[in-house]
Amino acid sequence: MKANRWITEGRFAQVLLISVALAFLGFFVMLPLIAVFSEALKKGIDGFVEAITNPDAVDAIKLTLLVAAISVPVNMVFGVAASWAITKFSFPGKSLLITLIDLPFSVSPVVSGLVFVLLFGAHGYLGPWLIEHDIKIIFAVPGIVLATVFITFPFVARELIPLMEEQGKDDEEAAISLGANGWQTFWHVTLPNIRWGLLYGVLLCNARAMGEFGAVSVVSGHIRGETNTMPLHVEILYNEYDFVGAFAVASLLACLALVTLFAKSVLEWRFDIHSGARH
Amino acid sequence: MIEVQNIAKRFGNYPALHDINLKIQEGEFIALLGPSGSGKTTLLRIIAGLEFPDTGQVFLNDEDVSDRSVGERGVGFVFQHYALFRHMTVAENVAFGLSVRKRRLRPAKAVIKARADELLRLVQLEGLGSRYPGQLSGGQRQRVALARALAIEPRLLLLDEPFGALDAKVRKDLRRWLRDLHKQMGLTSIFVTHDQEEALELADRVVVMDHGVIEQVGTPEQVYMEPASPFVSKFVGETNVLSGGLHVRPHDLEIIESGGERVLVDNVFRKCGTWRVEGTLENGGVVEIDLDASLPPPAHGETVHVSPRRSNSFSQDGVRS
Repeated sequence: MKANRWITEGRFAQVLLISVALAFLGFFVMLPLIAVFSEALKKGIDGFVEAITNPDAVDAIKLTLLVAAISVPVNMVFGVAASWAITKFSFPGKSLLITLIDLPFSVSPVVSGLVFVLLFGAHGYLGPWLIEHDIKIIFAVPGIVLATVFITFPFVARELIPLMEEQGKDDEEAAISLGANGWQTFWHVTLPNIRWGLLYGVLLCNARAMGEFGAVSVVSGHIRGETNTMPLHVEILYNEYDFVGAFAVASLLACLALVTLFAKSVLEWRFDIHSGARH
Repeated sequence: MIEVQNIAKRFGNYPALHDINLKIQEGEFIALLGPSGSGKTTLLRIIAGLEFPDTGQVFLNDEDVSDRSVGERGVGFVFQHYALFRHMTVAENVAFGLSVRKRRLRPAKAVIKARADELLRLVQLEGLGSRYPGQLSGGQRQRVALARALAIEPRLLLLDEPFGALDAKVRKDLRRWLRDLHKQMGLTSIFVTHDQEEALELADRVVVMDHGVIEQVGTPEQVYMEPASPFVSKFVGETNVLSGGLHVRPHDLEIIESGGERVLVDNVFRKCGTWRVEGTLENGGVVEIDLDASLPPPAHGETVHVSPRRSNSFSQDGVRS
């Protein structure tokens, strides 16, 4: 029968596509993930604990947390301000601003790092002035923070601009017509409207801030216990053939990724409920 | 009294309003009627202070408010899509205008709550205060938006297409309800609509606009019976343009034995209490006639003679003559 054949073929294609997708995910995602954890635990729990409590590893973890703790709030403020400006006002140069926000996505992270070296390095444009005033940026924590902020600034704005565009200006105009000032309007009306999108953007921003390698590697100088973030520390340990140490720290980053993924799906679920109630 | 003087506004190269002058008396219910792009919403937003004109002034009670922001003008604005704050309950929405006041002007919590309850009673949503806007129907949301606008005790109520997003039945009920509410409160109100029926039914006076210009200001009776321009005649109610540029309403045409205009009948159908006859004039123009449904209608393909009982005519430059 013609119809039947068609359905059987459909079923076959379905199974094929699903198997291909699963095989692909298994090979590229599950296998490496399992490898990371099994390598990390190769010398047992004790070896793992020893590796991540090593002073250099602890310093790397602390530095990563510090960098994220600075760059994520900075980008949150910048992202909200930029999306607010872009979606609620019209001004000359608006489309240029939108394009510039995407810049870190389109530039290689290594190039982004080099830009900062060029600006603040000893032979850079501002280098002599900085040396004169004894300010260290490149091969120090400020440089790492700058590079991370640069790499991660699109995340929040990219998440918020479409959301705020869709919501329009009506709610804000209503609040202002009822006598609310700018701050009250932002706090009581705009922020609650964008809170899930904002949280989502912050989450992605944080994941990237902690995981960034390229740009940070260029500006860091790899000074153990001082300018090594977790991803850089993983590389150093690996190059020294300390596989357990490298994979133990890497497994922490992998856990971060898993937590991010989990939080992301929770947020998406909340998002759906929220927008469902809206229409 | 509200007065608008010499208002002009352009959006880039697009002229939205040309030299608008309008006076509105205390307690009047005014409709701004026009097709889309006529500038009616822009004018409403300028009166509210949500938009600022390139030239001209806005006076509220003889006070020049042209430079004041919307929050300082003390106007209630109801948005077409309600613009309710969806994360707040209905009661919180209604109370918003009072709870954002400066501390020394802000009523006590209990007073705000009592006021919100009172307003919800006024808009017949008593007991729904703890719901969220997402849990209400369109008509209920519109009434919450109205209660929220009234909470700040505005001296002027502005409504942008208040029934635009509602279905026909709810629309009709809400229309009647709004008219009664206006009678009861006597608050000066202006609403924007593209629906002539809505304007004629609700408003004390109708402001007909087209291409950023006021075409006519008058009572519904005047606007319908004595349109000031061909545009008004065509936009407000249905109009046939007969030879010689005579504008005649479908119900003002009658069938006569001989003479008058010859009309070829294309289609006949029942339209509520009348027969609606669609036909073609000798010059090719389309004509619509409403006839008494108790009499037999003309047949399809028949040629009838019609003559106007009443008509409007306009001179070459569009002035009523």
